[in-house]
Amino acid sequence: MSGFDFSGLTASFSGKRVIGPLSLQINPGEKIALVGKSGAGKSTLIRLIHERVNRDSSLIPQELGLVSALSVFHNVYMGQLDKHATWYNTVTLARPFAKDRTEVNSLLQSLGMTEKLWTPTASLSGGQRQRVAIARALYRNAPVLLADEPVSALDGPMAHSVMTLLRDGFSTSIIALHDVELALKYCTRIVGIQDGQIALDEAAERLAASDIMSLY
Amino acid sequence: MLSSPTVRTSLIFLAIALVGLLFADIAITASNPWRDLGNFFLGIVTPNFFSSEGLMTALLRTVAFAFVGVALGGIAGFLLALVYRSLPVRMFCAFVRAIHELFWALIFLQFFGFHPLTGVLAIAIPYAGIFAKVYSEILEEADPEPGRALPPGTGVISAFLYTRIPDCWVKMRTYTAYRLECGLRSSAILGFVGLPTLGFYLEASFSQGLYSDAGAMLILFYILIATMPLWVRPKLLPVYILGAPFFLGEGLPIVWGNVQRFFTEDIVPAPLRNGEGLAGLTPWLNDLMINEAMPGIWNTIVLTQIALVATGIISLLAFPLISNHFGGPIRRNAGHVALVIARSTPEYILAYILLQLWGPSMLPAVVALALHNGGIIGHLIGRQTSSIKLRPDAPSGLNRYGWELVPRVYRSFLAFLFYRWEIIMRETAILGILGIYTLGFYVDSAIQNIRFDRAMVLILVTALLNIGVDTLGRYIRRKLALQTMPTC
Repeated sequence: MSGFDFSGLTASFSGKRVIGPLSLQINPGEKIALVGKSGAGKSTLIRLIHERVNRDSSLIPQELGLVSALSVFHNVYMGQLDKHATWYNTVTLARPFAKDRTEVNSLLQSLGMTEKLWTPTASLSGGQRQRVAIARALYRNAPVLLADEPVSALDGPMAHSVMTLLRDGFSTSIIALHDVELALKYCTRIVGIQDGQIALDEAAERLAASDIMSLY
Repeated sequence: MLSSPTVRTSLIFLAIALVGLLFADIAITASNPWRDLGNFFLGIVTPNFFSSEGLMTALLRTVAFAFVGVALGGIAGFLLALVYRSLPVRMFCAFVRAIHELFWALIFLQFFGFHPLTGVLAIAIPYAGIFAKVYSEILEEADPEPGRALPPGTGVISAFLYTRIPDCWVKMRTYTAYRLECGLRSSAILGFVGLPTLGFYLEASFSQGLYSDAGAMLILFYILIATMPLWVRPKLLPVYILGAPFFLGEGLPIVWGNVQRFFTEDIVPAPLRNGEGLAGLTPWLNDLMINEAMPGIWNTIVLTQIALVATGIISLLAFPLISNHFGGPIRRNAGHVALVIARSTPEYILAYILLQLWGPSMLPAVVALALHNGGIIGHLIGRQTSSIKLRPDAPSGLNRYGWELVPRVYRSFLAFLFYRWEIIMRETAILGILGIYTLGFYVDSAIQNIRFDRAMVLILVTALLNIGVDTLGRYIRRKLALQTMPTC
């Protein structure tokens, strides 16, 4: 897979420019962390990149995009709705096939929530909901991960194991993170965003936490 | 207080109603109204459930017509909701729901005769228009985020089934169940135009002075509606819906020649039919407008405005009956029973009963509309006040009512009232069939005189008037920033 070369990325809200114009080149295999103050434009940038690479990406939006009335299984299964025929999806809604059940179940096992498979996501806690959205992205299994604060509601050990899963599950990833330590540990390249512009772009191994703090 | 837009709007409507009273024909013309009313209540407390087997059949038919009509209306409404964005579809739906079930029944009776299809379509068609509107509103409120997170290339149907339906399911189910209750009321009053439902039985009992039979019918109807949560179960629904068509009764066979004649001759305006051409159409239309449509519109509006304000007053008086801020549990339970009776009795049946007892005038219609609609709004507002938490040292009694509760619920009270404005007008028009000079009276007379061309124009006028009031009601609700869920 070839990388991406984005140029002229811009976004405005009610006439006020919040992003760019900026250019960003992404090479295959890179794990990029977007860091910066809240409101700097990280979420907007994720959305812009998603619009460009739509078909090739697994997305974990900040709002998660779960269907509250559906079970955990169905929300995860939605990651592959495009891979099945309509009749198959319709039958799955009423009665999931054993093959999909096993697959989703083993995925949830790695996220530590198998016992919730048939619970509607409306009755889950914030951290559990976040893990359902992560499972959906993993299940979708696209080459590129686009994630907006995917571990914000998870506690320390869980955040680390999830970041490991994401690092190993996707060859290329772009993750907005406010946790500098996680960014340095699980990503290969750090891109700092400030006032809608790239203020820092450096390999993670050449940075220390204090270098990034200047952005905040 | 006068600077508040809601208070000003209320006072304007109050003033309009007071002026309307000057023109309205309000009187009790019966020679001995109180004795008749007494006999009627005596009938209710001494119900006769065994006078004839007709009662049970009528009850069964009422349920069957409601199920088939609401099911068909629901399916059609759902399909229409999917394309509700299209302006022609929206206009079509607004038009079919602006025509009352009884008007639809009167139209179908002319060519399908007393065939079950008449009753089924009379419910299904206006309900499809209402379902389409409400379903599309519910679908639009679904969370858009899951749709954005879907993998691109997901089929339209899969996306709809996974992201929209689950989010809307509970609301759609609640609304449909609620509509089924409305459908039972609609089905019951279809009997007044001759279909084999409860209304037919009621009219027959009344005309023979058999008040105990009528009382039994009303009591059974209340029980039927009050026990709906017990017998309308999701698991039983398929049984009811598939079984209901077999209990509609035989009716009379459709004469297809009548159907053809209705569309090719009966509803063609008389001048065109007699070959007078367009030149003859203008005087015909003028005569119809000046002698029938105008007086009908005037009386409909006057009665609607009085009934609207009377509904408001009844609602404000009634809501403390069930609010947990007043009285003990015994009084509240009694209040619940009173409001259930008020809102379960279709206004048409209430008006019919009062008209039999008090004689023809606008009074029975105003009282019937106010009791039924006031019962509904009073119930909704009362329930709303029960969820209000007052400070421990809040005043009690009249001060609590006037200072703590009414100001808090006044906006939603107005929202419900303006929502029901169009419903009240639709009912006002239909009550004309009972002999009050609203539009329904002129429609009914035209049909009695076999002048269907005139009846169709008058029904069209009624529909346009309803659409106009609906638009005005929505404009006022938007102006005052009032929001509400639909009621029927």
